[in-house]
Amino acid sequence: MADEPINPPPAPPGDDGKPPAPAPAAPKPAAPAAAKPAAPPPKPKGPIATDASAHPVVARLKEAIPDSVLSAKELVGQVTVEVPASRIVDVCRHLKEKEAFTYLVDLTAVDWKERQPRFDVVYWLHSFEKDNFRIRLRAGVADGEACPTVSGVWLTANWMEREVFDLFGIPFSGHPDLRRILTWDGFQGHPLRKDFPVEGIDTGAAIYPDRYPDGGGPAPDDSNRKVVS
Amino acid sequence: MSDERAGTAAQVSEAGPPMLGLREMELNFGPQHPSTHGVLRLVLKVDGERIISARPDIGYLHRGTEKLFETETYPMVVPHTDRLDYVAAATNNHAYCLAVEKILGLELPKRAQYIRVLLDEMQRISSHVLWLATAAIDLGAITPFFYTFRDREVILDLFEDYCGARLTLNCMKIGGLPEDLPPGWVERVRTFTEQLEARYDEYEDLLTENRIWKQRTIGVGILTAEQCIEWGVTGPPLRGAGFKWDIRRAIPYECYPELDFEIPTFPNADTYDRYRVRIAELRQSRRIVLQCCDWLLKNPEGEIRAKAPRVIKPVVGDVYAAVEAPKGELGFYLVSNGGNKPYRLRIRPPSFINLQALPEMAKGHLVSDLVAIIGTIDIVLGEVDR
Repeated sequence: MADEPINPPPAPPGDDGKPPAPAPAAPKPAAPAAAKPAAPPPKPKGPIATDASAHPVVARLKEAIPDSVLSAKELVGQVTVEVPASRIVDVCRHLKEKEAFTYLVDLTAVDWKERQPRFDVVYWLHSFEKDNFRIRLRAGVADGEACPTVSGVWLTANWMEREVFDLFGIPFSGHPDLRRILTWDGFQGHPLRKDFPVEGIDTGAAIYPDRYPDGGGPAPDDSNRKVVS
Repeated sequence: MSDERAGTAAQVSEAGPPMLGLREMELNFGPQHPSTHGVLRLVLKVDGERIISARPDIGYLHRGTEKLFETETYPMVVPHTDRLDYVAAATNNHAYCLAVEKILGLELPKRAQYIRVLLDEMQRISSHVLWLATAAIDLGAITPFFYTFRDREVILDLFEDYCGARLTLNCMKIGGLPEDLPPGWVERVRTFTEQLEARYDEYEDLLTENRIWKQRTIGVGILTAEQCIEWGVTGPPLRGAGFKWDIRRAIPYECYPELDFEIPTFPNADTYDRYRVRIAELRQSRRIVLQCCDWLLKNPEGEIRAKAPRVIKPVVGDVYAAVEAPKGELGFYLVSNGGNKPYRLRIRPPSFINLQALPEMAKGHLVSDLVAIIGTIDIVLGEVDR
């Protein structure tokens, strides 16, 4: 299993890695047929992911919360543990209290668009006591599904989750103050979703407050919505 | 939105004149206030002059940088990172390049590592010096501004001679550096850096034992080490709370293990100790710059680039790399799907995360202390809002 393609997302890399591939292939002047074999050679040059389920922290986590570890991988010395979103709070609490991961470095999300579940919520934990060891947790969350908040475990998760909510539209259940943070209240859409246009949307609110009374842009199905270029 | 309008003229007239000490008032602080160093808006709940709660409202400078990253090839991302913490572009470039190099498995030649560290530390000096100037001017001390800008100017000139830019440096590229150092540059850096110790003493003469400065900063905005960790606060605020932790030592990168420097800490976790930590870091950065200069003078020739592929297409995977930026831990989380553009590139911005602790620090202080507290976190809104 571990020798299979080096994959951060469990299922998709085969299918998911390809759809965006036409763009990467474009700058190459080579024929599209030649571009295909050109892609594999760089792969062995880079680092290779290995199975990390035997890592002591992962093993102890599995022992404490039996259904918590779906898989564990290690790439360039960074351990990633796949956990079910429903158990994320238990896992985080265990890691913070029993394993001294007192510092939540980062919390973010990745949109895999075609994959099910669509999103990965990614946690990056740091332990001062364990010689600055870090571990990454990844939880798959479907579109529209809520992810339990870890802002009760680390206070710093508060704004990070608000940002993920704002930019990806993943709601965090139990969050004390789940509001948009970087875009404004009433903004339509979630900019870091892959289906949000890079050019932005016409948020004509400032110019046409009567047409957009809520202070945001047009709704996704509004005929006034257009891509600004 | 409507609750934020509470306390405006309209509402006050409805409720009759406010009685200080009897009634809470909501007050907008920023986004145009000069002490907010950009476009930070704070919604304060005050009882007279005392702050009951402060709620930061950010996003005025949001440019969708992370979205832009996904549309550009790996080398094209570097100039965008300049615009995050725009007073410390070198460390931003560095953090991003580290992340890509990590997933490519590149090992940099020694000379490139030393030049990078040299640029980083010069950047740290210029960033801390800028912080000192603005934080002091916020509290009414105008003189340090002239002293510090005199020295910052020289560093910016040196940057300009190296890469052509003063702020948005774009001075690193994946696998090394864009250009070798111009002739005579290292000698000039060394000559200037040698004088810096005396310059730091001048700053300290103005502030360290200054009665007004001490009265305005001692005991103001306390954030203990436990609170710092709970809030994810890194950088000078963490070390100013007596917690000895610095990425340069904790998770070393480049040639830092070969360099001799200390991690200064001070125990009191207040604004004054954060000031002292930054001054001490200036002195340590100076030591590092001198060591790098000496090494580079001894090794004037050598590779400045690793053998990076012409078209950068990392393996499928994800990687996180961090550097000790002047503001704290700056990290990049890179998710690659095997293409020539990052599938997702997340910035872990120290300013954004440190700012989150501001309400905790401001609680119970006077409005005028808030100015000191905003200054002491050392935020750059380009990084907060991205």
